[in-house]
Amino acid sequence: MNKPQTSIFGSVYFVLMAIFLYLPILILILFSFNDSTVLAFPLKGFTLDWYRQLGNARELLISARNSVWVGVLSSILAVALGSLAAIAMTKHHMPARNLFLSLASVPLVMPSIVLGVAMLVFFRKVLGLDLNMWLISAAHVLISIPSTILIVMARLADFSANLEEAAMDLGANYWMTLIKVTLPISFPALVAAFLTAFTTSFDEYAMTTLITGTDTTLPVYLYSLLRFPRRLPVAVAMGSIIMIVSALLVVLAEWLRRWGTARTPKEERV
Amino acid sequence: MRDETSLSTHVSIKDGRGGIEKKLTGIPRKSQLALLVSPSVLWLIILLVLPLITMIGLSFQKSAFGPGSDVFTFASYLNFWQNSAYQSLLGKSLWISLVVAVMSIVLAYPVAYFLAFHAGDKQGMLLNIMIIPAWTSFLLRVLAWRLILGSNGLLNTFLMWLGVIQEPISGLFYSVNAVIITLVYIWIPFAALPIYVALLRIEPGLLEAASDLGAKPWQGFFKVTLPLSIPGVLAAFLYVFIPTVGEYVTPALVGGPNGLMIGNIIWDQFMRGLDWPMGATLSLVVMLIVLLPLIFMAKAAQQTGLFGGKSE
Repeated sequence: MNKPQTSIFGSVYFVLMAIFLYLPILILILFSFNDSTVLAFPLKGFTLDWYRQLGNARELLISARNSVWVGVLSSILAVALGSLAAIAMTKHHMPARNLFLSLASVPLVMPSIVLGVAMLVFFRKVLGLDLNMWLISAAHVLISIPSTILIVMARLADFSANLEEAAMDLGANYWMTLIKVTLPISFPALVAAFLTAFTTSFDEYAMTTLITGTDTTLPVYLYSLLRFPRRLPVAVAMGSIIMIVSALLVVLAEWLRRWGTARTPKEERV
Repeated sequence: MRDETSLSTHVSIKDGRGGIEKKLTGIPRKSQLALLVSPSVLWLIILLVLPLITMIGLSFQKSAFGPGSDVFTFASYLNFWQNSAYQSLLGKSLWISLVVAVMSIVLAYPVAYFLAFHAGDKQGMLLNIMIIPAWTSFLLRVLAWRLILGSNGLLNTFLMWLGVIQEPISGLFYSVNAVIITLVYIWIPFAALPIYVALLRIEPGLLEAASDLGAKPWQGFFKVTLPLSIPGVLAAFLYVFIPTVGEYVTPALVGGPNGLMIGNIIWDQFMRGLDWPMGATLSLVVMLIVLLPLIFMAKAAQQTGLFGGKSE
């Protein structure tokens, strides 16, 4: 192949694509320093006011706290459920394995609105529950189950069963082996799965808004702010911080996953 | 990220199983298996299966609450069948999803190709650069496109400054095009990942063989690389197409009255308290449209080994 030539085209294209992907984000960050309540060009002047006002934006902070709470709770549960299922699927001869895997993948492919609406009807009409943070957390566990199962399965399928066999030969029982051997080995995958689940939960709007009662999560609150442009710049300031933090989290998760699976994509060739 | 894992597991999973099964035979495996799987099965049943069954029931009711809730009727389905407004909206949503999926794939393919074959040892870093935007706030990124496409937006101001246009183009914002541009922007990283993984799987020897046999580079691409990356392209298509069919947030934010999709009507039926049974019916229609091709493709993949090998 005519490598150098293609490579130049490829590099230019990649740079253009990166600009396209990052420009909107950079524009938002730019506006978080703009001295005007109106989010429109031309820019007015530099200010740190919006970041200062963050401390007083009570509802915004409460919704952010709710989101962290929901994110942590749902991700821990999703990782627990997902990794147990992943162990069952990789280490056992599981009956109806394909059926289970298909069912567990449904949240990944089901449109958010259908999921949200179905849960709304089930919670309100059938169970007669008031919508609250617990239900949102439970729903977020559901949408993170597929990704946690897949991430942990990839890790478990990777390492040799010899270690577990050795532990059992040395007298460890089944659960002891899981805790002493399987758990530490899959730890990087568990952290990566947790971070993936947390990021998903923290950003989920389309389904969450349908099952939100009086307490809101951050995306739901942000959306409601779009109708009150005056308070929007503070939200944009908060959003800028969140975008940078979540970008760092993604880098961490990806790094852990790569470090955990200890192989580069190239070696994945089968 | 998750796409990549999901694709690679299908292949590697079989190697990990098997070995230990022999060793585990002495232990009561059924109870272990039950303990391992039952939490997630329970979760899936309570939060997925039962809600969906409820919704099927609701779609056959006359009304969601009150005396009408005991009446069994096909009214909502009949309504959908007879009301061309619903059908054309559904058609438009499918069309938008198709355009968005195809555009995302076309724009993402060269990126995936570059990453897989020409990025060298920077591959991991460049891949991260592609992925990171996909994990930052969805709502804020859509909001950013409001700033770009609005009449005082970046694009208009820029074009006017260049002198290309004298008056702001108003058709950019609150239109179907705005929805498509924003969604393509959102989906490009997700479309690139499965294609990238599929390209990585291609044996370099195949391309060398093609070129040894006299194929020009472009022939090598069209006869070897492209056909072998089709599983990745199909996966990318599904990853983009499926969520887009039910999308309602982006149309509500940048679509205006002309850019609304079927998801917006479903939302209205439930959240504006209009007609829950009708909303349930429309949701089920969307679900069927999304799941049927998926089941069909999964079956095809199982038979032909399309997605990296037969599952059993």
